[in-house]
Amino acid sequence: MGQTIIEKIIQNHTKEDVKPGKIVWMNLDIRSARDFGGPNVVKNYEREYGNAPLAEREKTFFTFDLCVPACSLKYADNQQVCRQFAKKMGIKVFDVDSGIGSHVMIEEGLAQAVSTVVGTDSHLNILGAVGCFGQGMGDVDITFAFKTGKTWFEVPETLKIVVKGDYAFPATAKDLTLYVLKKLGTHKAALKAVEFYGEAVKDLSLSGRITLCSMVTEMAGIIGFVPETSDSLREEVRELSGSEFSPLQPDEDSAYSDELEIDISGITPQVAAPYSPDNVRNISELKGVKIDTGFIGSCTNGRTEDLAQAAQILKGRKIKDGVTLKVVPATKRVYKEILERGILEDLFRSGAIIGSPGCSGCAEGHVGLTGEGEVQVSTGNRNFAGKQGKGQTYLASPAVVAASCLAGQIVSPEDL
Amino acid sequence: MTESVFSGKIWVLLDQKGRLIEDIDTDQIYHNAFLHITDISQMGQHALGNLEGWKDFPQKVRPEDILVAGRNFGAGSSRQQAVDCFISLKVGLILAPSFGAIYFRNAVNSGFPVLKCPELDELVAKQILETGDEIKVDLRSSEGSNISKKTPFPVEPMSAVQYDIHQAGSLFSYGKESAG
Repeated sequence: MGQTIIEKIIQNHTKEDVKPGKIVWMNLDIRSARDFGGPNVVKNYEREYGNAPLAEREKTFFTFDLCVPACSLKYADNQQVCRQFAKKMGIKVFDVDSGIGSHVMIEEGLAQAVSTVVGTDSHLNILGAVGCFGQGMGDVDITFAFKTGKTWFEVPETLKIVVKGDYAFPATAKDLTLYVLKKLGTHKAALKAVEFYGEAVKDLSLSGRITLCSMVTEMAGIIGFVPETSDSLREEVRELSGSEFSPLQPDEDSAYSDELEIDISGITPQVAAPYSPDNVRNISELKGVKIDTGFIGSCTNGRTEDLAQAAQILKGRKIKDGVTLKVVPATKRVYKEILERGILEDLFRSGAIIGSPGCSGCAEGHVGLTGEGEVQVSTGNRNFAGKQGKGQTYLASPAVVAASCLAGQIVSPEDL
Repeated sequence: MTESVFSGKIWVLLDQKGRLIEDIDTDQIYHNAFLHITDISQMGQHALGNLEGWKDFPQKVRPEDILVAGRNFGAGSSRQQAVDCFISLKVGLILAPSFGAIYFRNAVNSGFPVLKCPELDELVAKQILETGDEIKVDLRSSEGSNISKKTPFPVEPMSAVQYDIHQAGSLFSYGKESAG
């Protein structure tokens, strides 16, 4: 029997026979911790291992992306704890100016196809976008990984999803993603690896793949892959990461737990209503919901292409009085690109606030929090009750968030 | 060796309509406002602090009590605190039809017992398991017992790796005992 992508990647990192349901010990290529989780990793490490060396310091990183630069004394302390440990151990810190760790790892070529990467970020499986097995873990797992370079993992079953049909603006990669989440809910892909097929996903750019793969977490899946690639995608990843992009393909006779078809033909923009990401509706059902704030960013929609999509709508227009729009680039590199391409100016002139690169509101960072009664429309990936504050969060594409901030209510870009 | 038989009073996490609450995410279990806390003794007071109807759980629960939850318990983020807050309260065990993947790992690695009970929805609907019942489970057995009601119920025994890590006390002690 052949192997699926996840089985092949794990097989590349263990001597044991890999099959779904089996727990194996797996070698890790990269292990990382953030400014949340990181201080606990340091505390665990020093308690369990004292000053003993890490397995491989050159494969171990801190990526600060949560509260950057620190906006509370606690985070300032926690970041400093990590910096001091990093200095002592000789490991690199991507500090508070870098941006979202998972994105930095793609840009730096650390997260490569067929590699294994763990860290204290539950959306680290976005690395599936570049054919890499990324997995978020807790601080005990990550401490153990720092010391041993290994982890145990139950080989997941793989679900095959064929996305049929195509979409066109005002629908975007985010709407495709939300629509797939609507169809899968939190049951169908639970605890599984997912392989997405079909022309529409094959044609996704890196940023679109990141959007799709990031929300496999909300589908309760382990990781998502898009095996088929276009020439332009391979070129895009090579240019960004500085190395060849050659993701694995599954064997022809590999076994899937199930095969599902999702037809996205002619979808309209999709919006997830409070308080769960899979509570997805067609925008027509939510049109007219008054909003107070907009947020564009996060590991799901914080790339240059996402911000450009918003800027195209905002250019030459003004955000409605009384509405605030917060924009946070995923990384410093994205910040540089939007600066050089004039996107930053378009956003600024429309009245948007630009935050420093990072995760922002999703994890109680400093941008994108809501007060009681506040209604936010966000390009993030989670809208659980209380997550970004006491307000209500709707999840949508950068285009819908931009349009809604101009209108002061949820609208599709075509309604402007 | 750590204990492998657990008995205690259960708390069944029901919503206001009396249904087992599903998809309880880590922000409902342990809100991100308290992520800066690294001292485990301070975490218990925030357990279920953002779950409607259960915010007084830390005051009500007693050591060795058992938590019974709906499917996909611990969905969401990777925070270890969402497990540690129950260790802090000395909760004995958590039973659910399924757990969030990362949450499940975190519990296993901490040596905190979490057991899958695929038929839990039905057991709760038929009132075979109710808050206040005293139950007993063996981590390696596929049968639990409701002592109060003198009724057996099915559970999924721990896998070998999970059981070994639990017996060692944690992933750290397991790693030191075996080459890994």
